[in-house]
Amino acid sequence: MGVIAAERRQVLDNTSDDPTRRAPLVLGGNDFASVTEKVCSLAERPRPTRAWQVAFAISAALTGMLGALVVYLIGTGIGVWGVNAPVGWGFAIINFVFWVGIGHAGTLISAILFLFRQNWRTGINRFAEAMTIFAVICAGLFPAIHVGRAWLAYWMFPYPNQMAMWPNFRSPLLWDVFAVSTYFTVSLLFWYMGMIPDLASLRDRARTRVRAVVYGLLAVGWRGSNRHWQHYERAYLLLAALATPLVLSVHSVVSFDFAVAVLPGWHTTIFPPYFVAGAIFCGFAMVVLLAVPARQWFGLKEIITPRHLENMNKIILATGMMVGYGYATEFFIAWYSGNVYEQFAFINRLLGPYWWSYWLMWSCNVIAPQFFWFKRVRTTPWMMMIVVIFVNIGMWFERFVIVVTSLSRDFLPSSWGYYKPTWVDVGTLVGSFGLFFMLFLLFVRYAPMVAMAEVKSVMPQADPHHDRVGGPAGGAQGRES
Amino acid sequence: MSAERGGGALFGLLAEFDSPGRLLDAARAVRDAGYTRWDCHSPFPVHGLDRAMGLRESRLPWIVLGAGLTGTTVAILMQWWMNAADYPIVIGGKPLFSLPANIPVAFELTVLFAAVSCFAAMFFFNDLPKFFHPAFRSSRFKRATSDRFFITIEAGDPRFDQRATAELLRSLGSTHVEGLEE
Repeated sequence: MGVIAAERRQVLDNTSDDPTRRAPLVLGGNDFASVTEKVCSLAERPRPTRAWQVAFAISAALTGMLGALVVYLIGTGIGVWGVNAPVGWGFAIINFVFWVGIGHAGTLISAILFLFRQNWRTGINRFAEAMTIFAVICAGLFPAIHVGRAWLAYWMFPYPNQMAMWPNFRSPLLWDVFAVSTYFTVSLLFWYMGMIPDLASLRDRARTRVRAVVYGLLAVGWRGSNRHWQHYERAYLLLAALATPLVLSVHSVVSFDFAVAVLPGWHTTIFPPYFVAGAIFCGFAMVVLLAVPARQWFGLKEIITPRHLENMNKIILATGMMVGYGYATEFFIAWYSGNVYEQFAFINRLLGPYWWSYWLMWSCNVIAPQFFWFKRVRTTPWMMMIVVIFVNIGMWFERFVIVVTSLSRDFLPSSWGYYKPTWVDVGTLVGSFGLFFMLFLLFVRYAPMVAMAEVKSVMPQADPHHDRVGGPAGGAQGRES
Repeated sequence: MSAERGGGALFGLLAEFDSPGRLLDAARAVRDAGYTRWDCHSPFPVHGLDRAMGLRESRLPWIVLGAGLTGTTVAILMQWWMNAADYPIVIGGKPLFSLPANIPVAFELTVLFAAVSCFAAMFFFNDLPKFFHPAFRSSRFKRATSDRFFITIEAGDPRFDQRATAELLRSLGSTHVEGLEE
């Protein structure tokens, strides 16, 4: 009886820690057809749900506000923001680093977990990758408008020009241009390539002419041919192998924007690993933040199972501790270096005019994830939602602390200042969330939100030897030749 | 041979299977029977099917390697040309050309070239985009992207014989065999 009870519990809860049995990745007795049906039907509804319409209206309005504020900024000048000497990098750079960081979880799930053969990634990788693309779009916006004369942003690229000048390749800001644009391109290719088989599923189920044509074009005539799968799988593996060092390099390069400068609090070798850990930390928090409502509203609880959420929360806990370790090490090294400017920079963070942001950062990023030591918190959706919201707030403030405290009080007290954002700064940040959520809502409405082909391939039925147990054998041929 | 439509020439046969295991066994038998112009279709990559079909290793990785190395070379040469040869300018008292400062861009371009070529090579090797295939004429084939498994054997195969080939496919556990027009 005990076994049966455990079996029944597993139908909805696969978070058991019993190591003698492998946790199922898809719950609820689904087969291939029902996975197709569940995922495709979300993109096939004639009308979106009420909740979607309301959410879309709000995020589209915020995106409109973002557009208006960008026009106002470009039309009037950078003075509409709070940036001024000595703090020349305000919200724009904070938002840039924040959004690039959010993007990291998608590539981590799709590439690194793929190389490590973490099959649970299949339930969540598609929308985590989508999230990456949209976050990098939000990120890319900020440096472009931050340059002041946004219409000359193309000067950042090395192209032959009438001034006969080339960009300076010793500048980390230029490395950033290459890192972020490569990251965006590779993530987009990876995302689209992964989606081709699923777009073909949508094409084959299309009931209207428009859907058949649009999905048909996007699916490029995919027909599940094994001669295609062979090259496809190899290409997917290589893209994952290329994206893995790429994802680690992008936030390292972003951290060089700071670490290569001489400013106290920035000029430190721990920045690259600590930025990468922080990026994965807040990226996973964003994936959980999107996954919990998405599985609830779209009926995907059997595909995005409690185990998926728990695994992500464990990663949040682990990377949160790495981030905490980074904070502590920075402090220790400031003291140990014997450099008075470095020491001042950290005392200033702790007790200076921006002390509140520093404490907010510690409590949200280091203390909040500690609740994930409790299994109940890791597996209860509303509880994890609270933690991950705190993590996202904390990680935004981490970038605020880094950018603002060091710039506002550098070597010379005569050049100190106090940075205050304006309403335009705040509006642009809020607007970028609008853009992010609007793109995400369009994605869940029209694209296959779960990687069906990949989910099917990790279901027990996908094993060619599965139906040989108990059932009549398929053919009389030998097993492997 | 149901659902055969009059008119067009025969492209080949389409056989449906209901599980990856049956498809795998059938693929081995079709390979062993000596067919060469045939293919399997499945909603997801079936483990072991490449070997069962006797396919050669994909040559795609070599393209990616070549493109990646090209990216590295282009990036190093570009940075040398731009900052040390065509427009030499001293920054921070550093040498005009020194490798450490050029590593980040060299790495990024390596990945960019390799990834773009990997993507393009997948399309090239697979002869995609190709919006039409005779199998798309079959209404049953729509399930190839959902939950059914198929084998197509082309009429152009030297061993193809409409009756015998259909018989072989049926004997391998196919639940349905039909002819496909060109």
